Amino acid sequence: MKKDVMICGVGGQGTVLASKIIAASATDEGNAVHSAETIGMAQRGGPVTSHVRIGEDAFSPLIPIAGADLLIAFEPSEAIRNLRYLKKDGFVIVNRVPVKPTSLGGSEGYDGKAEIAYLRSKCQCLVVDSDELCAPFGSSKFFNVAVLGAALGSGELGLKEETVRRTITKIVPKRFQEKNLAALTAGMKIGEGLL
Amino acid sequence: MSKKYVMGNGAIALGALSAGVNLVAGYPGTPSSEIIETVAKYPHEGTYVEWSVNEKAAMEVAAAAAYCGARAMVTMKQVGLNVASDPLMSLAYVGVKGGMVVVSADDPGPISSQTEQDTRRFAEFARIPVFDPSSPEEAFEMVGEAFACSEKYKTPVILRPTTRVDHAYASIDAPDTFTAKEYEGFVKDSKKWVIFPRLSFQNHAMIEKRNVAIGEDFSSCRFNSVSGSSEKAVIATGVSYAYAAEYLKDYPEIRLIKIGTPYPLPESFLLKAMDGVSEVLCFEELSPYIEECLLKLIGKHHLDINVRGKLTGDVAPSGENDTDSARRIISRFLELDASGNSSDLSGAPQPPMRPPVLCAGCPHRASFYAVKRAMKGKKAYFCGDIGCYTLGNAMPLDMVDTCLCMGAGVTMAQGFNHMDPDAVAFSFIGDSTFFASGVTGVVNAVYNAADMIVCVLDNSTTAMTGHQPHPGTGRNLMATPVEKVSIEKVLLAVGVKPVITVDPLDLDAAISAVKECAGIKGVKAIIFQSPCVAITKPTDRMNVGSDQCIGCLRCIKEIGCPALSVSGGKAVIDENLCTGCGLCAKLCPVKAIGGVQK
Repeated sequence: MKKDVMICGVGGQGTVLASKIIAASATDEGNAVHSAETIGMAQRGGPVTSHVRIGEDAFSPLIPIAGADLLIAFEPSEAIRNLRYLKKDGFVIVNRVPVKPTSLGGSEGYDGKAEIAYLRSKCQCLVVDSDELCAPFGSSKFFNVAVLGAALGSGELGLKEETVRRTITKIVPKRFQEKNLAALTAGMKIGEGLL
Repeated sequence: MSKKYVMGNGAIALGALSAGVNLVAGYPGTPSSEIIETVAKYPHEGTYVEWSVNEKAAMEVAAAAAYCGARAMVTMKQVGLNVASDPLMSLAYVGVKGGMVVVSADDPGPISSQTEQDTRRFAEFARIPVFDPSSPEEAFEMVGEAFACSEKYKTPVILRPTTRVDHAYASIDAPDTFTAKEYEGFVKDSKKWVIFPRLSFQNHAMIEKRNVAIGEDFSSCRFNSVSGSSEKAVIATGVSYAYAAEYLKDYPEIRLIKIGTPYPLPESFLLKAMDGVSEVLCFEELSPYIEECLLKLIGKHHLDINVRGKLTGDVAPSGENDTDSARRIISRFLELDASGNSSDLSGAPQPPMRPPVLCAGCPHRASFYAVKRAMKGKKAYFCGDIGCYTLGNAMPLDMVDTCLCMGAGVTMAQGFNHMDPDAVAFSFIGDSTFFASGVTGVVNAVYNAADMIVCVLDNSTTAMTGHQPHPGTGRNLMATPVEKVSIEKVLLAVGVKPVITVDPLDLDAAISAVKECAGIKGVKAIIFQSPCVAITKPTDRMNVGSDQCIGCLRCIKEIGCPALSVSGGKAVIDENLCTGCGLCAKLCPVKAIGGVQK
């Protein structure tokens, strides 16, 4: 398999776990995998990205511009910020719930709606709602695995469900496994609805 | 053996463990921190590993191990090498017995650093070899080679990864158990291990001769390679090689030269690799290091080769390279088609700015706010330091006037006091930074009779780099319970008075502590003690009564907490982010904010 997946969001949203699960699952299925994360000062509320590159001929740890097959955005404006990485016929999965920037003023008008409308007009996309998706689990912290489920269900991730489930039981702490697996299932239903 | 999917820093750790490393020491610093943590995580019987109090300490601990014939590795970020440069410069003259690898991680961008300094220059300055990995896989292999080179030539050797290699993940084939190397132990020989001018004179001559031999060794080293045979060549180093290779994979005829051992320069290799080349583009990050080396080499051999790169404006002088700049710069140089496959993204809404901020509920916010309130209307200087609390500079807190390097806040506050005794000089320093390089500054201030207030922001961890323990936490890297080094006792012992410990979230007590200290002569200290919110589990959160909220937005305007935002003209609190610190509730003029259980 050859696939470049970019995950983006705001520091603290849990993008790193999502990319780890994709990378470990793809490795488990026998692929060569490379990935890269934003770590450090930018993690404190700044924009973060994860690049996951599946396939033998990935030299660079970073996906080239217009190289991503799939963009998973945890936040509408972060999808826009990284849209240049998407291939012309690439696929976007985006959360419609915005994270308002902390800066004084200026942020009041931002609600993510114009961003979602732009994405719909420009590319094939699946819009998900983290509030709705995570309501049964009591915390938006499960969105990372739920949106992974949506990517899995949509068929755009190219991985097997059983591999991803096995990875979750391997790398997620035991006490969170049950909810994470349920979040994956919930996300998959949304993703499958697209087919 | 098994495949392990690890970060570049993990690959470096596995490389060291595979090489039978006996001792690993370091100080946390992005992008290097995970190396030590990975060594600690794997079974490593016979390998001693520690977080040192700073990089100089780590370097000296490791040097002693290498004097014993043991294999030692020391890890730090590039500015940490500045701190450790005193022992390193001398160690370069004295040399080692067991292999010693100094990992100094550079940070092009810079992404999480004060400078864009280039450790390859440092290696040349110290006259010691340097390896420059282009991927986690290569970093893993280079560690073993670096140890071998160190032992062959009895010199410390630098491994210089950059952020994108440190933080990239790849599968590494590595053993599952590791055996530390047997070592002879220290053999006393004062003519060898005690640095004196005579010894330095002799060894300096030896080193210059030896480095020519290392350059020859490196000329047949597998980390230097060439592919293609075109007249126009691209030379790349480190992760820039990966970007160049990514772009040039559709152009196998283009000559692409990789340099993995920049110093001592593999001259014979380069002369052969550039045979028939008329023009070369140096694609590298940070300084034009290889570019300048080539200019010298070409001059020395009277070659007719045009050199392009940073010095000719083809490559940007600062910032990191990436796949996009590789495509733009290399295609222009080679006159190839540069039109990527980009979509038309005109008309896209402008994404909002997201500067990094102190976390919701961060106790540093309360500490800064208490000092700000206490000093309202008074002339004061606020000297910051390195850590999360540098973010106290952001509006609306605006409480960091200076930030220079580790520990500088203390000594700069002293300098401001001597230049402007009428103002109140404050230093803000974190607990880990205090131990790393704050204590000597405090002694200097006491000794020189300064008037200033040292504010220790004690959150019981090294937060910015990923929550490492430090001497004040009562446990070390291996989670061994140890005696806590008390910041309060240290301050009292060096003559600071008073030393007041206060919970910054008790706003009134914190403000009065600041006011009290501002009225006293001499060096005073306030220890603002409250644990980092990232390592505690909040039980409460705050809630705005929308009926009571009058929309004055004082909570938002005063403290800038990321959990607070405006909706319909009133303040709202994000219940996921809020930790229930209650600072906003203390500012609300109509008591509209109250705590509820999380």
